[in-house]
Amino acid sequence: MSQSVPQLELKDIKCIRGERLLFRKLNFSCQEGTLVRIAGPNGTGKTSLLRLLVGLMSPQEGKILWGGQEIKKLKEDFWKELVYIGHLNGVKDELTARENLLINCEIGEHPITSEYADECLKKVGLEGFEDQITRALSQGQRRRVALARLYASSHAKLWVLDEPFVALDVAAVENLSNQIAEHVNSGGIVILTTHQEVPISANKKEVITLKGGVWLGRHEMKKVKNV
Amino acid sequence: MTSTSIFTPEGMYRFAGKLAVPCLVSAAIVALIAFYLGFFVAPVDVTQGNSYRILYIHVASAWMAMLLYVLMAIFCILGLVTEKKLWPMIAASLAPTGALMAFLALWTGSLWGRPTWGAYWVWDARLTSALILFFFYLGYLALQNAIPDWRRADKACSVIGIVGVINVPIVYFSVQWWNTLHQGASLTSSGSSIHPIMLTALLVMVAAFWLYTFGATFARLRSIILEREKGEEWAQELALKGEL
Amino acid sequence: MFRLFRAVLIRDLTLALRQKSDILNTVFFFIVVVTLVPLGIGPDQQLLRLIAPGVVWVAALLAALLSLPRLFANDFADGTLEQMLLSGEPLTVIVIAKVFAHWLTTGIPLTVISAVFALMFDLNAEVTVALITALFIGTPVLSLVGSVGAALTLGVRGGSVLTSLLVLPLYIPVLIFGAGAAEAVSVGVSSSAYFLIVGALTLFSLVVMPIATAAALRIAAE
Repeated sequence: MSQSVPQLELKDIKCIRGERLLFRKLNFSCQEGTLVRIAGPNGTGKTSLLRLLVGLMSPQEGKILWGGQEIKKLKEDFWKELVYIGHLNGVKDELTARENLLINCEIGEHPITSEYADECLKKVGLEGFEDQITRALSQGQRRRVALARLYASSHAKLWVLDEPFVALDVAAVENLSNQIAEHVNSGGIVILTTHQEVPISANKKEVITLKGGVWLGRHEMKKVKNV
Repeated sequence: MTSTSIFTPEGMYRFAGKLAVPCLVSAAIVALIAFYLGFFVAPVDVTQGNSYRILYIHVASAWMAMLLYVLMAIFCILGLVTEKKLWPMIAASLAPTGALMAFLALWTGSLWGRPTWGAYWVWDARLTSALILFFFYLGYLALQNAIPDWRRADKACSVIGIVGVINVPIVYFSVQWWNTLHQGASLTSSGSSIHPIMLTALLVMVAAFWLYTFGATFARLRSIILEREKGEEWAQELALKGEL
Repeated sequence: MFRLFRAVLIRDLTLALRQKSDILNTVFFFIVVVTLVPLGIGPDQQLLRLIAPGVVWVAALLAALLSLPRLFANDFADGTLEQMLLSGEPLTVIVIAKVFAHWLTTGIPLTVISAVFALMFDLNAEVTVALITALFIGTPVLSLVGSVGAALTLGVRGGSVLTSLLVLPLYIPVLIFGAGAAEAVSVGVSSSAYFLIVGALTLFSLVVMPIATAAALRIAAE
């Protein structure tokens, strides 16, 4: 694989949410095996940037490239290599934990067996809760049902996680951070936001800091015109 | 710098600015000519007397209502396909005028119906189809209004506009079928061959409506462009110079 | 692709069965509306027999409208919809699966219940069969066309009223021909054209609407 084409690239991204310009001329690229953290205070557009990255939103200007091709054109081919766990859990209250995990994997195009689903739920600390209706679970447990999918997603090169550690207890946090590190170190890319200080032992790390319009990353500064 | 294409918001803003008022003024003049032709020059109709004259407005506005919906849909398609900002803006500018035409067609049709059929409303194919077309317009406008984010509103309206335009012929066909089926007394409106003066008057009225459409759309378009592009340099410059 | 279709279909059916109130509400609304008509017009048997197909169809439209929000609103709220937007399979497959599930839990119950109305309105056997058949062939249109309206108004204030305004004009063709089928039979006229047209409308909607719905869902999620 040619090293000159970055695996993930953002070119001159401009994002406007409603009347607010969140950021512009945002550039970034990274290769496989990188952990990328998006940092910045609340309201600076971290979630918006994640949604742009996965293709749920389109930027006002700029391109997002995966393996050199625009994700806008790749569509399903890009999404096959992606797992996104967003701010919302993406689990149905009326389904059991196992049913949720199974259908999530089906929709994500990596179907798994019931037994494997139970294993994933075990890894995320929900052993014994597989047949529980999700409505009866606590916030943290629901989050873990959503996160269990990661244990079946080693095939998906790109993980995009929005505040994955929220509502998790210490053991679960450690588990997840190890899982993320393992994915990064075996060639995957993980992009996440978190306001918690969680040590993740990934070999390569990058940070994109959003500051309400001024992007500080890789020691480059771009001024934004007053809008 | 001065030769910005009119197919950009900035270019269109200037272009429309020059043409809006002239179009509206000419529309008024042409409409007066049409009225004169239709109400004074054209002869009295054999069967309907003088009451038929409102058809000049009714038929013209009905045509406009249909044409504008198709035009709107074309701009919706262009907007979705090319992702250029200007096209959905034009579609959104056309919609209220189209709705007005549809309403005018309904109202004048109803006024014509009273002396002709004895009722202000009859469920004949034409009137019913016009009513449904009016609903299509209302749906578009309501959706536009309900979604606060104009980017999302544009795209959503484009979808409903395209779905609507595909369905309008189907609806017309259905209503035609329904009407011929259920209609006891067949109500044909002006089946007689049309006198050349009448045709002229009608076409002049249509021309007046077109001019009005251009003028009103241009004016509305400028308003929309300004609201959306207010953060752009060219708009701020114009505002500072007082040349908006 | 079929695997995903099947999985989403089973998912939606499971959810509907676990949340039975949705289906029951729709059915009860249907029954109540149809029952109200004789109460409003008077028990003239002749008249009721005449208007029955139209009344049943209009009530079916309204009941279908009422059931539209549950197509996407729940999924939109808990984040499962955006996961569908990121599926490795085309979104239209998922949309068709969901709409099919919606029809199974809306159109089919309505079609079945309408047999009871045939009794209430004293319709003869042939008219009843025509009515049920037309509903069976035509109610998919209600779900398909309705899905576009439901998708466009996701998360919008005043959603269901707005959906009605968007969707009801589009329901008119299937209403005219669906009710027309039973009416034709009741007058003794050939009804085959009606059934063919209703079938054509269903096929047309099946081809066109999922694409529009998928586009609308992406727009709603931005």
